[in-house]
Amino acid sequence: MARLTTTLTVAVALIAVAGCAKKPPADLPPPPGNSGPGPGSGDGNIVPGSRADFERSVTSNTIHFALDQYDINAESRAILDSQATWLARYPNVAVSLEGHADERGTREYNLALGDRRANSAKNYLAARGVNPARISTISYGKERPIALGSDEQAWAQNRRAVTIVLN
Amino acid sequence: MRKTLLTILLALSATAAHAQQPPAPTSAPAPGAPAPSGQQSGELVVDVEGGQSAPLGIAIPVMPTSAVVSTPAGPTDQLGAQLTQIVTNDLKSSGLFNPSAPSALKAVPYPEVTAPTFDYWAGAGASALVQGFVKANGDGTLTVGCYLYDIAARTELIRQGFVVPPSDWRRAGHKCADMVYTKLTGEGPYFDSRVVYVSETGPKGRRIKRLAIMDQDGANHRFLTNGQSIVLTPRLTPDQRSIVYMSYVADRAGGLDRPAIYVYDLASSRQRLLVPAANLTFAPRVSPDGKWVLFSKAVAGATNIYRVPFAGGDAQKLTDTPGIDTGGSYSPDGTRIVFESDRSGGQQLYVMNADGTQQKRISFGGGRYATPVWSPRGNLIAFTKMAGNFRIGVVSPAGGNEQLLTNDWQDEGPSWSPNGRVLMFFRSGRGGGGTADLWSVDLTGVNERKLATPLDGSDPAWGPLRP
Repeated sequence: MARLTTTLTVAVALIAVAGCAKKPPADLPPPPGNSGPGPGSGDGNIVPGSRADFERSVTSNTIHFALDQYDINAESRAILDSQATWLARYPNVAVSLEGHADERGTREYNLALGDRRANSAKNYLAARGVNPARISTISYGKERPIALGSDEQAWAQNRRAVTIVLN
Repeated sequence: MRKTLLTILLALSATAAHAQQPPAPTSAPAPGAPAPSGQQSGELVVDVEGGQSAPLGIAIPVMPTSAVVSTPAGPTDQLGAQLTQIVTNDLKSSGLFNPSAPSALKAVPYPEVTAPTFDYWAGAGASALVQGFVKANGDGTLTVGCYLYDIAARTELIRQGFVVPPSDWRRAGHKCADMVYTKLTGEGPYFDSRVVYVSETGPKGRRIKRLAIMDQDGANHRFLTNGQSIVLTPRLTPDQRSIVYMSYVADRAGGLDRPAIYVYDLASSRQRLLVPAANLTFAPRVSPDGKWVLFSKAVAGATNIYRVPFAGGDAQKLTDTPGIDTGGSYSPDGTRIVFESDRSGGQQLYVMNADGTQQKRISFGGGRYATPVWSPRGNLIAFTKMAGNFRIGVVSPAGGNEQLLTNDWQDEGPSWSPNGRVLMFFRSGRGGGGTADLWSVDLTGVNERKLATPLDGSDPAWGPLRP
């Protein structure tokens, strides 16, 4: 699982680089202020302000929810705070918030529930100073589970809102 | 697509017009034909409530042809065999009939279609007899004759003739089965109808979903979208010319998914965006007169129900809560709407007038209630109930007489047959290999059947009876 994630991150990084190579950003974002980029062997090409940079810098790009709930708990607040910090550093970057639900709900209700969760996260980020105009939301309901099991653990992973950097 | 109209020719005059050759449907045997002793004079009737436990024995011998003629649908003798199979399968699928295999029955010569050998059939163990014929007409059409007999009473109960273009030959079989079903049960017909649904394949985390349409029995299956975008919750319009559905078509500029409601035109294969909106719009439902489409729109986390003209235009808001209101369904007369709302905490069913006034809760049992669908007869509302298992059930529009019809891990999204006697839904399995399939169940909670589809299936919507 961990290895898979790493591979994915690298792939995303490469795509991001390829995308940026054609069209460099108009003004260069300031260098990251804290902790510095992990100068590990594969990370050298991560562009500051990119999706890969976001995913490397924040605590997590995903927050989770209780069954049929959409409130932001303490753990999620810490995650969103780290996202807000990164977003403050790159004020021109737009994000999409994807809301998801587990499979134990009806299809249309889950679409609405996913929208509620995405908006809940959006509102929190806005309260932390991120311009809401930078944040679009989309609900996938129960259409895109990340954990494929049919048990409490899988469902807990699937009740989520994911912040995706658009670039 | 060529316009293909099925002509229903009623009884005697019909067959006379089309059958210059035998079996000139002379006249049906006189109603007063002698009944065997001990035979009640009462009519042959199938009880739709009790009939499931003792299905009626019915013999449907292979339909002969007046002359073997090659047609675009195949030679007429083969068509006769295939049509007989369609009638057999339809009646059997209702759970109310127990047809013998056509091949196990005696061959019926063409002239015998209108003059059955009752003595023979009386010994064959069936109560009813369906005979028919196929004939190729000079103008390229086919005539299919369909006759229903009461074996014990030695009488003809009803006959109909159907003239179809060869491309629509299967519909003649469904019409024949509908005639038999309706005559013997007193219920409305439903076999000559279509189903739109979402065909599914691929891994659970990345399902490929395609819009598909097929006949009620799974024949004439056709994919309508290519699977590049997620599609959900299709519904046939009352005129059966279009399908409203929800799709995650990618935005032209940014390539981002933009979930929205579309109208797919079956004749042209073109689709149009119904509700242009930056917000999530979903759950489209067409009004019985075809003039309106109910839908749900999520604004800042709250979802409410709106209606928009089918042709497009300004939407009108019908509900206004901070919660989630969705899944509306019109009553058959178009005056009321049943929907689900979590305004009380969990999902429950509510009924309101078509203009949004007088919203009233009708479900009060334990658990959550969702996906309400008003029966075409008007007297029941089907739903998904979530309390442990997800189950299909029905309740009266006033809220009483709740009955659960299925009991599996996850049954969802019922849709009524055109006559309001059968419910189609989808059943999901557990885990990463968990698939979804289309199933049907009788209104009395028996006769659960899995429908054969090329791939997995979900979100079935049963269309109206075809004209």
